[in-house]
Amino acid sequence: MRRWSLTFAVVLSIAGVALQAARGAVLVNGAGATFPYPIYSKWFDEFHKRNPDVQINYQSIGSGGGIRQVTDGTVDFGASDGPMTDEQLAATKVPILHLPTVLGAVVPTFNLAGIEALRFTPEALAGIFLGKITRWDDAVLAEANPGVKLPGQAIVPVHRSDGSGTTYVFTDYLTKVSPEWSSSVGKGTAVNWPVGIGGKGNEGVTGLVKQTPNTIGYVELVYAVQNKLPVGAVKNRGGRFVQASLDSITAAAASAASNMPPDFRVSITDAAAADAYPIASFTWLLVPTRIKDAEKGRAMKEFLAWMLADGQKIAPGLQYAPLPEAVIGLERQALERISVGTT
Amino acid sequence: MSRTPASPIAHVGGRPVVLLRPSRATPAVPRPQPPRPVTREAAVQRAPSRRLAPRWRMADTAFRLTALAFALSVLAITGTIAVELFVRSAPARRAFGWSFLWTGVWDPVFSKFGALPFIYGTLATTAIALAIATPLGLGAAICLAELMPRRLGDGLTFLLELLVAVPSVVYGLVGVFVLVPLVRSVGAPIERLLGGLPLFAGPVYGIGLLTAGVLLAVMIVPFIIAVGREVLLAVPQAQRDGALALGATRWETVRQVVLPYARSGILGATFLALARALGETMAVTMVIGNRPDIVASLFAPAHTMAAVLANEFAEAASDVHLAALAEIGLVLFGITLAVNGVARLLILGMRGAERARA
Repeated sequence: MRRWSLTFAVVLSIAGVALQAARGAVLVNGAGATFPYPIYSKWFDEFHKRNPDVQINYQSIGSGGGIRQVTDGTVDFGASDGPMTDEQLAATKVPILHLPTVLGAVVPTFNLAGIEALRFTPEALAGIFLGKITRWDDAVLAEANPGVKLPGQAIVPVHRSDGSGTTYVFTDYLTKVSPEWSSSVGKGTAVNWPVGIGGKGNEGVTGLVKQTPNTIGYVELVYAVQNKLPVGAVKNRGGRFVQASLDSITAAAASAASNMPPDFRVSITDAAAADAYPIASFTWLLVPTRIKDAEKGRAMKEFLAWMLADGQKIAPGLQYAPLPEAVIGLERQALERISVGTT
Repeated sequence: MSRTPASPIAHVGGRPVVLLRPSRATPAVPRPQPPRPVTREAAVQRAPSRRLAPRWRMADTAFRLTALAFALSVLAITGTIAVELFVRSAPARRAFGWSFLWTGVWDPVFSKFGALPFIYGTLATTAIALAIATPLGLGAAICLAELMPRRLGDGLTFLLELLVAVPSVVYGLVGVFVLVPLVRSVGAPIERLLGGLPLFAGPVYGIGLLTAGVLLAVMIVPFIIAVGREVLLAVPQAQRDGALALGATRWETVRQVVLPYARSGILGATFLALARALGETMAVTMVIGNRPDIVASLFAPAHTMAAVLANEFAEAASDVHLAALAEIGLVLFGITLAVNGVARLLILGMRGAERARA
């Protein structure tokens, strides 16, 4: 008997919680990219504190999963580190709006005994990952690093083995700076790497780089900063060697704002500005332009407006570069395109 | 199961091991039983006569149907997996046909997919693992079952069962931090000495086929030892006593009497380990280098079917990519099925031979 009453009590309390949720709170579900997950969960948490009746759930299942789920309509919004392709956009039932949220960067990291700082030209990075530059004392690397005693060892390139936005940004950059990369490998969340070994996730790449001498890999800036990895500077289009930093990333974004396409699907790798870091990218929320559920739609728009204002101030604390002012202005206008309710 | 408890010898082999442990002898004095409406003995005695009270007939039917449903659920699960993988992989099968199985290119950007490097990696790592784990496991099982005092053997077996329960990601971490540097430092001189042979060609990164194979061996060896020991313990003592009485040494007894007797059971243990090695994902992907290439060298990075699924499934955006991954799953499913089928046939064949001998 006692067991029954216990069960009954548990069922009742679960029902009570569910009922409360159903009556009071608006529940918005999203899924997608893993790279912005720390800032997104912080945002949703902060927004919930300010608006206790809105609860936004986010599952970091990967950009590909985010695109699939928002296309199928199984989530209220998606998130991706790479913009959707034209074919993907054509497949959606409701037109999808890309809204940039923050910026990230991909940095080269390496493991060379006694060397803490290195400079890479676009030719060097493309050559290494194409397998054309195979030794650390190659002339291309030596020329960019005067005064550094590069070892006469074989280079071991390390890349991501899992599909990822990080790979997308890195290969997008290589596609722009190297015609050979563009024709033989191309860009994508997973590509057919000509050389190198693969590690799963940022932690997998970092593990391989740290453990294996003479390696070079690429990871997200956030991850490199948190783990104090040696980070190489990269020569930008203006000819300057730039270290990735929040300022140099936002500079790259600002240079893109002047000719931003109306759908925000823009690549800012190899940006033109003098102090821009060249391997940077927006990350996007994918929001349907028609949201039938009025409450959800209003909550979503409120959140987006807050994200563009107060939310941006939280970003630098978590090592994400905030959006430049010009882009924020364009996005505010774009929010008008989201229609809420059945109309 | 046989209904003649008189001859436990008859079903030594596959897995009746637990039943036959000598330690499970029934206690001399039966424990007092609480009173029951119908005693178990009575029910069992009545069952074959098929003349039951209506109440019992209904319970019997209900029991039989429920048990049947449970048994069929196994079929349903296997069937669902097969059908689901088959349906999901349809776009890839349309695009590549059978050539999917022998194409060596895996290029998501240009939508060219072939499973060969992954099939090769899975089979090669599994072969390495079995080559190491089978003799090692068998030797340890013989030691535990035949040479050690029973109590010590039980204690060590308990430790082995703990090893089986360790999550594979933990094995992966141990692999990354211990095995990879070890293979690198041991592999470098081997590569200098024998690097001319394709099998030992460099460069030695520390990660690769060999590392994955050794790690898999470490993971499956507890299986082989634990099951192998049970199988050896199930060999009737009379067989050993007979051999010893004829003047055989310990070693001769084990080699000529105990091992042949337990052969099919040992094979079963090995195939259980093989199945685990084929499907292992996390630990392998952490040390294999995840490179879909077919290189003869043991030190070269490679890729496996399970690992590519874990790596690429979450971010696969194009339909063909997803379908190709589903087809890899289908191929893995097929290979596992084939391996288990072969194992079953081998064991059946051995039992047949044993019966013919006896």
